[in-house]
Amino acid sequence: MSAFLQAVSIWTIPALIAFIPLYAAFRRVPVYESFVDGAKDGFQTAVAIIPHLVGMMTAISMFRASGAMDVLTGAVRPLMERLGVPGEVLPLALLRPLTGSGSLAYVTDLIREHGPDSLIGRIAATIQGSTDTTLYVLTVYFGAVGIRRARYALKVGLFSDLVGFFAAVAACRWLFGAV
Amino acid sequence: MVNWIWLGMILFSFWFAALTGKMKEVTDAAFSGAQTGVNVCLGLIGILVLWMGLMRVAEDAGLVRKLAALIGPVVRWLFPDVPRNHPAMGYILSNLSANLLGLGNAATPMGIRAMQELQKLNPDPYTATPAMCTLLALNTASITLVPTTLIAIRLQFGSQNPAEIIGSTLLATAIATGAAIAADRWYRKKSGAPPYSADTGGKGSASSTARANYRIQDEPAVCRGTAGCAGSERTTGRAEASGRG
Repeated sequence: MSAFLQAVSIWTIPALIAFIPLYAAFRRVPVYESFVDGAKDGFQTAVAIIPHLVGMMTAISMFRASGAMDVLTGAVRPLMERLGVPGEVLPLALLRPLTGSGSLAYVTDLIREHGPDSLIGRIAATIQGSTDTTLYVLTVYFGAVGIRRARYALKVGLFSDLVGFFAAVAACRWLFGAV
Repeated sequence: MVNWIWLGMILFSFWFAALTGKMKEVTDAAFSGAQTGVNVCLGLIGILVLWMGLMRVAEDAGLVRKLAALIGPVVRWLFPDVPRNHPAMGYILSNLSANLLGLGNAATPMGIRAMQELQKLNPDPYTATPAMCTLLALNTASITLVPTTLIAIRLQFGSQNPAEIIGSTLLATAIATGAAIAADRWYRKKSGAPPYSADTGGKGSASSTARANYRIQDEPAVCRGTAGCAGSERTTGRAEASGRG
């Protein structure tokens, strides 16, 4: 099953890149001109995102470097450990919604230190894999079309991250036993 | 809320750095963070240009519309305020399927294209519509079938069964997505947008629900946005599918 799914994820993109122009050619679309025409927008979109992402990345980076995050997670650690959440994975609850590469680095470090088949390693991997970087998604998607008032979107995203965090801990404890 | 989180992170870092004497680190972090932001965008350019180009080819060939027409009731239920055959629906479906397959690189440009289409239905270009918020909620929760990167990392560190986290990840991601959809529905209701009324199929229902959803007095803008859409949906769908090149 997993081998099949991995094959799917390797084959999908080349197949799409080949299939779309082929289908379009049958429909008598001038494929190359059409491609270039659409591709122009890609560059402008990427440039439009820069100010949004620079603003966010600066704040996140400062937040991590100041050590404020360690203190925040330290404060809730006793309560969380009583609930069955290993203290080592707590920083992920804050890191995951803020920075994808930062939390991936943290997860990799946890896996290296505790082993991939430890409960901590499994929980960390599950947290990393089960949600996306809310702040990044919001910044990029809304930044690309110039939305300034995100209304309730951020609250919904962060709420689902929180639920996902506890769901990941619970799922690992349930599936792999409380090692 | 974004404003407060942003300001909060900066002020909290400053205050904390002042207490612990980490001002130097925070200074470096501010600059390196800004650099990271630019680097991420530069890294996005190639992928964005490639997929936006391919998406245009797909659009010109009528594929996006076809995809939109195939959309199951679930996606229509999630986006009641987007007209049935609007191209946005096709992009939303491509975005969600790319996420599902774990093709993060492809999902982002498709999501952005979907946002751009949704923006055409938006009477106020600076404020997110309920449909945009729903799309964002689905993407932040991001249902993924195969967390390829993590399986690779686990393999690298000598796991006995690297792929075993697929089960726990699926479970957690399903719960997180469910929570996102529930919260999104709740806020939709709270904000006064009638979430269940668009798919009644009556003539002009798309424009009337859209107007109700956005609760906007700016009639001309609303009419331009939605009537244009409703019109093209019925009459010019074919012409647009084959005629752009």
